[in-house]
Amino acid sequence: MTAVLRRWIVVVFAVIGWEVVSRRAHDVFFPPPSTIVERMYELWVSGPAAHAWLTSDAIGNLLPSLARMTAGLAAALLVGAALGLAIGRSERLFAYLDPLLQFARAIPPPTLVPVFIVLLHLGTPMQITSIAFGAIWPILLNTADGARSVDPVQMATAQAFRLPAADRLTRIIIPSALPKIFAGLRLSLSLSLILMVFSELLPGTANGIGFELTDAQSRFDLPTMWSAIVLLGILGYLLNTLVLAVERRVLK
Amino acid sequence: MTRTGRWLRGSAGLAALVVTSQLLAITGIVPREFLPPAGEILDRAAHLAGNREFLVDLGATLRAWAIGVAIAVGIGATLGLLLGGIPALNTAIRPVMEFLRPIPSVALIPLVSLILGAGLATEATLIVYAATWPVLYNTMYGLLEVDPVPQETLRVFGFGRVAVMWHVRLPAAAPFMATGVRLAAVTALILAVSTEILAGFGDGLGVFIAQAQQAAEGTTDVLAGTVWSGALGLLINAVLERGERRLFGWHVSQSGQQR
Repeated sequence: MTAVLRRWIVVVFAVIGWEVVSRRAHDVFFPPPSTIVERMYELWVSGPAAHAWLTSDAIGNLLPSLARMTAGLAAALLVGAALGLAIGRSERLFAYLDPLLQFARAIPPPTLVPVFIVLLHLGTPMQITSIAFGAIWPILLNTADGARSVDPVQMATAQAFRLPAADRLTRIIIPSALPKIFAGLRLSLSLSLILMVFSELLPGTANGIGFELTDAQSRFDLPTMWSAIVLLGILGYLLNTLVLAVERRVLK
Repeated sequence: MTRTGRWLRGSAGLAALVVTSQLLAITGIVPREFLPPAGEILDRAAHLAGNREFLVDLGATLRAWAIGVAIAVGIGATLGLLLGGIPALNTAIRPVMEFLRPIPSVALIPLVSLILGAGLATEATLIVYAATWPVLYNTMYGLLEVDPVPQETLRVFGFGRVAVMWHVRLPAAAPFMATGVRLAAVTALILAVSTEILAGFGDGLGVFIAQAQQAAEGTTDVLAGTVWSGALGLLINAVLERGERRLFGWHVSQSGQQR
């Protein structure tokens, strides 16, 4: 209890310090936290009760961002886990694909956004593809690692009892790869958040948190920019906590 | 599987990709204007190596990367040493760090560009912010998770805190710090290219890609630039991984690696 208290006290003091200093300094670039919180409230949660207090701005920008991120991450998880299981169980397949995977993984993910803009043009399909492509690597490689290190005795036992291949996959391989899959998922989550924002920052996007950020930048609206940054930090924290909670439940 | 077998299969995989994409282009299943065949992209990427303007771009990216990584390693290692070495400081600063860390670093690009203007200062600042975290965390955790027995042994023999740090904790944490530096180098490349793509003008690999994306028939250039970014990523990772293995081959974290 005291640990939690101590933790929060430091943060509270840091915020108060920021408030005092920025109020004194009157620097347009660093608005006080109270201004940012006020702006966040006005922007996103001062709407009618019928819409769960969400404003039209929140519905028009935050929800599309989250939907794209979820879609991209889900695609990365499905494809990444499937490919990872295949590569992890077949040394041959791994040998054929290894150089390609190494290279694809080494490309800085945001570089792929211009590539997908050229191939798919601006819009939601391009954004989802960018998120999925950028976020797939940690899941894929971790799953492969997990699938490779399944206990050979378990596999031999399953074979001796003539367990069908599908059962071997769902009862032995996937459960023992699961901790690794989750470790990959958490890395992929932060990557997908980065790519969600980045794919919305480029000129020509119509909505999203990243769009709000560049839009505020063009209007020199610093409080809104800070609000978007703080919101992204909160989102990152919440999503990570969510995955950790699911992980703890599933791996119990 | 032998090493040669693995190597042969890997080359076969790459060759199959190039041939397939070449066939798709020749038969017209995938139009050239939509996705140029792999041979054409690789050819263009090879030509870029002799292109002066492109080399200037590449140099600009590498310069910002090197400056950013150097500063980030300095700050990250220092802060990590302080936080790992002084428990009181750790309790005081850790919570603030935990709140800053989840902010995706690319979200800071518009803010920092507004404050510092487009250019090297912005790029380096963003690289430093993003690349400091892995060095800091790896240094701190490396120091905190050192086996207590040798530390206490030294203390019993009358060695002070600083001596214990120098003789026991730092050497034990060094392999983790090295991993942190490698992660920082990779993160720095991501931020360098991202900042350049968003800036859209000046010099840099990201600028080259962003401008090719705007050009009428720039698809091949965009993809050739991407190939270069991947090559840079591979090179940086390979050099640092080799360095780690050479320096810390004795450490458990290295012996577990099968590739």
